[in-house]
Amino acid sequence: MKLLKLFNQFESLASAEAAPTTRRAAFGEVGRTLGKAATVALPLAAFLKPTTAFAQTSGNSVIEVLNYALTLEYLEAEFYQMGLDANSLLTGDMRETVALIARHEADHVNFLRTAISGSGGTPIDKPEFDFTAGGMFPTFSDTPTFLVLAQAFEDTGVRAYKGQATSLMGNGDVLTAALQIHSVEARHASEIRRMRDSKGWITGSMNSTGVAAADGVYAGENNVTHLGLDVTTVTQVNRDRVTQAWDEPLTMEAVLEIANPFLA
Amino acid sequence: MKTPTSTSRVVADRDPQGRRRFLRTSGMTLAAAGLFLAGCADDDDPIMMNETVNLGSGDIGILNYAYALEQLEAAFYAQVLQGDYYASADNEEKDILADLEAHERAHVDFFRAALGSSAIPGLEVDFSSIDFNSRSSVLGTAQVFEDLGVSAYNGAGRLIMNPDYLVVAGKIVSVEARHAAAIRSINIGTPTAFANSDVVDSNGLDVARTPSQVLSMAGSFILTPIDASGLPQ
Repeated sequence: MKLLKLFNQFESLASAEAAPTTRRAAFGEVGRTLGKAATVALPLAAFLKPTTAFAQTSGNSVIEVLNYALTLEYLEAEFYQMGLDANSLLTGDMRETVALIARHEADHVNFLRTAISGSGGTPIDKPEFDFTAGGMFPTFSDTPTFLVLAQAFEDTGVRAYKGQATSLMGNGDVLTAALQIHSVEARHASEIRRMRDSKGWITGSMNSTGVAAADGVYAGENNVTHLGLDVTTVTQVNRDRVTQAWDEPLTMEAVLEIANPFLA
Repeated sequence: MKTPTSTSRVVADRDPQGRRRFLRTSGMTLAAAGLFLAGCADDDDPIMMNETVNLGSGDIGILNYAYALEQLEAAFYAQVLQGDYYASADNEEKDILADLEAHERAHVDFFRAALGSSAIPGLEVDFSSIDFNSRSSVLGTAQVFEDLGVSAYNGAGRLIMNPDYLVVAGKIVSVEARHAAAIRSINIGTPTAFANSDVVDSNGLDVARTPSQVLSMAGSFILTPIDASGLPQ
């Protein structure tokens, strides 16, 4: 239900735009599907499976995409700020690293709010977050847990922006800015992963967080076919490394399903 | 076994079958190849040095532009792996560099195959300014190349017309950014090196560069003259 509310907000905040009828119909369909999914509690994996490996093909409007991005940036910005505010959770070099990431996420929030207003839209309000996911995670009292969530959020953020790139085609300035945020999220992801002694890149669909609930973050990352070409048939680079060399997009619905447990 | 030299062909000869495919699909360069081979018996690449390579126009031009940059990176890491610095690097640095070499080689192989007969030939590179026995020279250059690659894809996205190509560029640029962060982290060695203010501005945005900006920065490492005049603006 929380997701449905967000979707409705994305759409209503974009209603000032002349949105194509077909897209609006598709979006309503997504909303209904998500509402149903939340009600009957479909297994997460089953819900994500058909869509994870593909980019969003039905375009969302620019304002919708920007409000969606803003929602994710709100989440990250608040998460890192709460981490920095938590007593002795982050110290030394780790604190410096997280402080820089926190500043970038806050900068993204400000930038996106300005971009949305400047495009004639209304920035979505910050949702209420629960980073313990209903008490499941000792997020702000256990540093390893905090870093697990940081990794999951960053790797998801990279996929989320990538999944919306095609919706921004035709609006060059917005697309370029989104790509400029996207690569910053990827830098964050690499750094956080390496702080956790993982590689900075994703091998197969390996969920290196150690938390099964984050499997959806990595679903489909094992793809080796791009532009219809199975890359393993044209290179001697091994399959694992081929999967590392390409990141995969996620649809808006898949990303929000991942974020859902952290919406209060 | 080739020994590392200051200049080398970008398209490696590790895969004879792949090379044959390359030759088949590059009919236009065969005449030039004959001339080149006649003048350089110890090297069998079908590319004539100093023959201008035209990237083409539209989306193909942009893909060839990406292919050119991936060639530069792949050639660089291939040489890194044969240098003294790599041989004596610690395990973390070795792991990172070996992964990066493989990733860039996979990108090159992908673009060459995806572009087929539209692919530009292998470019001639000039790494004479790089000391492959020096940690700071290798990592400093890697940092330049990775950050440059990120800015190139970020700037080229808006020039792409086909959504499928944009998605592929997006899939690759985030990996280049992951590389850039890791290389900056080991090269500079500070907790904020991965994304400090020389690459991320006060809006939290990474660098985006136009093809002409990128090619002028990459130019000192590429001997083959590149004609990018057909690229979309």
